Amino acid sequence: MLHCGSPLRQTFLLGLAGALLLAVGACGPSEPKGAAAPPDMRRLTDRQYHNAVADLFGSDIEIGGRTDPLVRTDGLLAVGARTARITPAGLEQYSVIAKSIAAQVTHKSRREALISCKPATLDAPDDVCAESYYKQVGKLLYRRPLREPEWQNAVKSAHDMAVASKDFYRGIATGLANMLVTPQFLFVIDDTEPDPANAGQQRLTAYAKAARLSFFLWDTTPTPELIAAAERGDLHKPGALSNIVDEMIASPRFEEGTRAFFSDFLGLEKFETLEKDSLIYKAFSNVVANDAQEELLRMITDHVISQDKDYRDLFTTRKTFLTGSLARIYRVRVERPDGAWVPHEYGPDDARAGILTTIGFNAVASHPGRSSPTLRGKAIRESLLCQHVPDPPGDVDFSLFEDPNSPNKTARQRLTAHATAPACAGCHKITDPIGLALENFDGIGKYRVDENGEKIDTSGDLDGVAYKDPQGLGRAMHENPATPACVVRRVWSYAAGRAPTNAQKELTAYLDKAFISDGYKFVSLVRRIAKSDALYAVAPPQNGVAADRRPLRTVEVQEN
Amino acid sequence: MSILLPKALPRRAALRGMLGGTAISVALPFLDCTLNNSGTALAAGGQALPVRFGTWYWGMGHTPGHAIKEKRQTEKGIEFLAECTSLMRHKEDLNFFGNFGMPLDGRANYTHFSGWVANRTGSAPNHANDVPAPTMDLLIADRIGNETRFKTIDVSASGIARENYSARNGDSRGAAEISPVALYARLFGADFVDPNTRDFKPDPTIMVEKSALSAVMEDTRSYMKTIGAADKARLDEYFTSLRQVENQLALQLEAPAPAEACLVPPRPEEPSADRLSRAREMPEVMANQRILAQILAMAVACNQTNVFNMVFTDNFASVRRTGETYTHHLLTHTEVVDTKLGYQPLTFWFQKACSDGWAEYLDVFKGIKEGSGTLLDNCLIFASSETNYAKLHTIDGVPTYLAGKAGGRIKAGYHVVGGGDPITRIGFTAMRAMGVPLEKWGTKSLQTSKLITDILA
Repeated sequence: MLHCGSPLRQTFLLGLAGALLLAVGACGPSEPKGAAAPPDMRRLTDRQYHNAVADLFGSDIEIGGRTDPLVRTDGLLAVGARTARITPAGLEQYSVIAKSIAAQVTHKSRREALISCKPATLDAPDDVCAESYYKQVGKLLYRRPLREPEWQNAVKSAHDMAVASKDFYRGIATGLANMLVTPQFLFVIDDTEPDPANAGQQRLTAYAKAARLSFFLWDTTPTPELIAAAERGDLHKPGALSNIVDEMIASPRFEEGTRAFFSDFLGLEKFETLEKDSLIYKAFSNVVANDAQEELLRMITDHVISQDKDYRDLFTTRKTFLTGSLARIYRVRVERPDGAWVPHEYGPDDARAGILTTIGFNAVASHPGRSSPTLRGKAIRESLLCQHVPDPPGDVDFSLFEDPNSPNKTARQRLTAHATAPACAGCHKITDPIGLALENFDGIGKYRVDENGEKIDTSGDLDGVAYKDPQGLGRAMHENPATPACVVRRVWSYAAGRAPTNAQKELTAYLDKAFISDGYKFVSLVRRIAKSDALYAVAPPQNGVAADRRPLRTVEVQEN
Repeated sequence: MSILLPKALPRRAALRGMLGGTAISVALPFLDCTLNNSGTALAAGGQALPVRFGTWYWGMGHTPGHAIKEKRQTEKGIEFLAECTSLMRHKEDLNFFGNFGMPLDGRANYTHFSGWVANRTGSAPNHANDVPAPTMDLLIADRIGNETRFKTIDVSASGIARENYSARNGDSRGAAEISPVALYARLFGADFVDPNTRDFKPDPTIMVEKSALSAVMEDTRSYMKTIGAADKARLDEYFTSLRQVENQLALQLEAPAPAEACLVPPRPEEPSADRLSRAREMPEVMANQRILAQILAMAVACNQTNVFNMVFTDNFASVRRTGETYTHHLLTHTEVVDTKLGYQPLTFWFQKACSDGWAEYLDVFKGIKEGSGTLLDNCLIFASSETNYAKLHTIDGVPTYLAGKAGGRIKAGYHVVGGGDPITRIGFTAMRAMGVPLEKWGTKSLQTSKLITDILA
């Protein structure tokens, strides 16, 4: 057993990551003073909106509608939320949703449980009751106590509507619906205040810190307890903050936060529009698609949270969870074919090991009617290694290589022919060797050994590390220094709402080293970022874009 | 002069017929109407009918040499070839624009993206998510969309909500409505007031709702004074969006102007799980568009919006044909050209389906009688793609149509030859016809101040 501080372990780790680690201390590299970012305003993701409403009013509140989509930026939708706007159609949708939520909350079947005060009469205003309700619910919606004009406006709205409609609860619903469409609710706003420890500088308010933590770790709005901690000033005290982070990570809610991160990291929103041709893939259905997405998330959360294992082992682990519908495609027997989830472990001779060999990964990175080594390679490079794959040239023409009379039977043969075109070769060298290793999995991730009667060759190399099959690719991913560096970069971006900039090179180097010294444990990485000073450091608002705000690229792909 | 309300039964019957899949024109009860001095149709009562603007989008352009016969100079009469035969029935409703250029001034051609962005915004994008200026429908909506319940309505027939080609900028692209049920609920649900209702009574609680919203927002505006410049712009857009919500409430307080062509369409049925799983198979896209178009067109006729956008297939044409391994987009790159036919046969099947879809869409607007003509006559619909020849991603000569006569402001039936002029001349002319006070439009080599006078009435 190697312990964190043992010289042997340090040597082992140094061996893994080479020169990157020369400056690593024992277990605890210290956090550098990083460049602070200006305060932000991040639009709630749909998931955060749903989670917040469910937490505040119950998971049985129905939320329909469709809000403006976020733009994936620097690899994450969470970063796109920082620049996302709200269109007229988007706000109209928020308004319709808000009215529906408010009507459900104030419905006679729920009002007793959800509205703490009782009006003197049902058909007239009751300002005292309304004030108490709005102050209570508003603090949770806005993630801070309401300013006086905020609750006063809500009370006046409720009063006027109760008079007009002769219905106290309709009045309450009006004020609540208005709160749900304000920027204070729809955006997570970095409120700042003067920093008493650094004259002339600003810091995030304790409430803003609570919101940042809560959306990072739980993907939802702060609980009343967390807001109370902010109110006490605990989030400004390093020891107390550390304890709060530990408690939040120990909470079952942390799994939801981890799911949210990996959903964004892996681009799982693609499942929403995933379609497979029903004639070509008869075994595929919406049930399979839903289960395939869930399998990925169960596999990941079990590995990084429940088992607390090395993040890189996600590419080699043989442990997963299956349902009957997935088991039929995987061709394995499960004891509960009725839709229930059961743990499953593949044997050493099985072709499946790690997330790259799942139905979910392979089905999403494929065409509707066939596999795609190029899409799979691109997904690995861009999502999992944080590398940029250039767009194809404008006049790309595959037809010579797709000729039905061509002798090319396998994807490798077709792509080899295609990659002889100089304009195409550069990018395909980046993507195809990786994707071809997964050709044992067809367009829905079903195992196969040949294509059109020809044996599939899955050999290749990833940045100089050779392999002969999908498991070998998983091991190469495990050993590739870009694999942990990428997840570090993405977790930081997810937490901060922006990719690290050139001015934060020292910070990312520190996090890279710390991740290694923490044994590549995802939870430790999250914990370290949540406790870091850098996450909460703020600079004055900017009126322009400074040069050092360019996103920092961790690894550039060499184009030959 | 009395305003005669339409007889409901025949119109509803006609509508059901169209929703059933066959677009039909029927003789509707004649309504008193006349023309004003500039030829604009007037409704009964003498008020001018609104002129509306729409866009229609399809991915992958046309097959050169097999869609529209090329011409050397602008002239009346479009010659529709095999890919576009279904459009022949609209030859007097359409203008086709060919051989216009799309100079990018050295910027990259972001495939399947630069084409629609430049054509609709007048500026070439600087990166693959960049929408450097508002799309023309929004500039027009700023002009004619402020007095209707919805400033714009965005709809997609192929089931991908995020593929919407109406945007203020790259961070402000709304979601298109993809569900007929949801679209119906939004347009004709509880907040819809039939413009032909005889006993309109404003709901007094709406006024309370509106003033409450205004008060909250006034306070919010003052609270958020200290944010940075970039976020200020985002908040400004938020408040602009909010004004639209307030406007919706304000409109509910006024008796709506009668709309002679307005008839509430039948409520669509929830699609089956099987249909949803085939949402991007071309026959399903066609069927979905028929239903969505009926709801959308009637929303236009009922004065719920003056600006409407339909995406038939997205810019990466992710539509499929049952049993084919590739999507329409991928076929354009992978399918071998049949040397005898001179085109890619499977790809051609999709291309033809797009033209059929365009023709069917126009059928719906043409099938609604309004004033002395049809709803289509009182609309201007800009239809375009993002490439000319998708196999090679060419963007010069991106096929573009204008359909309808914009209430008499536009002449139709012309094949306009651009001679390499920037394609922005089409959008510029459309915006001017819709009353947008522009002296010029576009940036760099795409900038133009030249109207296409051949089609102006």
